[in-house]
Amino acid sequence: MPDKGKQAHYAETDRQWSAWMALAQAGDSRAYDALLRDCLPFIAQVARGQRVPADRVDDVVQDVLMTVHRARHTYDPSRPFTAWLRVIAQRRAVDVLRRSGRQNSREIYAPLAYELHPDPAAGPAAGWEKSGLSQQIGKAVSGLSPGQREAVEQLALKDQSLEQAAMVTGRSKGALKVNLHRALSALRGQLDNKE
Amino acid sequence: MAVTDATSHSGSHAHLIDTLAADLKPVKPLRAFVLRAGVWLGLVAVSASILALFADLPVMAKAMTAAPDMWLAMFGSALTAVLGAIAAFHLSLPDRKPFWALLPLPGLLFWLGASGLGCLRTVVEMGAYEEIFAEMRDCLVFIVGMAIPLSVALILMLRRGYSLQPNLTGMVAGMAVAGASVTLLSFVHPHDPSVIGIAVHSAGVVMVAAANRIAGGRIFNPRAAHD
Repeated sequence: MPDKGKQAHYAETDRQWSAWMALAQAGDSRAYDALLRDCLPFIAQVARGQRVPADRVDDVVQDVLMTVHRARHTYDPSRPFTAWLRVIAQRRAVDVLRRSGRQNSREIYAPLAYELHPDPAAGPAAGWEKSGLSQQIGKAVSGLSPGQREAVEQLALKDQSLEQAAMVTGRSKGALKVNLHRALSALRGQLDNKE
Repeated sequence: MAVTDATSHSGSHAHLIDTLAADLKPVKPLRAFVLRAGVWLGLVAVSASILALFADLPVMAKAMTAAPDMWLAMFGSALTAVLGAIAAFHLSLPDRKPFWALLPLPGLLFWLGASGLGCLRTVVEMGAYEEIFAEMRDCLVFIVGMAIPLSVALILMLRRGYSLQPNLTGMVAGMAVAGASVTLLSFVHPHDPSVIGIAVHSAGVVMVAAANRIAGGRIFNPRAAHD
């Protein structure tokens, strides 16, 4: 009996998600917002089911959200949304596992070595030097062109990914990369002159 | 499906969702893949009809009756084109499993098997090498010439999807195009296959499949398209 109740709940959820996605395809951003928020635990559950490590589950969730956004025109509202989303989440989980596998083969995990490594920048005057330096950097950043400043703010200061920064600024990833590169060159030049 | 646990997501997800919802634009859902595959196969059928107008059909029928392996090979290549196109359109959707790439294999095995039979038969009969070489060159030019427009049409149609397996999609699309090109070749080249002829056909098929695979790696790759 509880199984029947569970199945009815799944079927109801799937109907709701399918309806929201159909509305999202028509441009309803409120339905889309509700759908994506409601799907988050399901995506995380699929990722965990694919044995994605806990610290990488968020990466899978972000990748799946981006994929759903770009592939939303391929969803057929007459088919179950849950099955569509599950396959996408599984594939993105495999992608993240492959990526982290490649990363692990190049990097080593040595928390003790990291903790014991002396910080060459730490000293009695470090705080004072840093405050001066951050003022200099702030001044230098404000002197950049608007495009370059935007790239530095989004990618370096807010630590956004290229995809997120592209979404926020409305610029292409290539333009952001070029702007960041030019901004860093300009900042390096300005800071070197001041030293 | 722990829908009730919706509050546990981190702030970065909420920020991304806000951005995606703000960026939302209406989209036109893709037409059914059967319809899309049908349009491309219709294009191949129209090409075949045009070629049939100029082909010497009685000679073609006579050659095919004399060597059943020839029409079996033609059937195999046509089947590869049909199944390959269906598989490619499936693979261009993000929720399709990679197993769809196996769909054209029966057609491919039929095609290669029948060609192999013809090959074994003509090993005994073969004589005039110069004539065979000249025909092979023409065959290759025809296959590549047909493959280019068919590939362009198929790629343009597959691009409407969003493949998470771009290389596999490109490879299967290449198989479909190669099958279609060789089927169309049968209309203008109604002769026995030969050892070298089959080698040239295979080279043509590999060239088309490789070109599509290389192009597919970029064309169908959704990440590259947004970089």
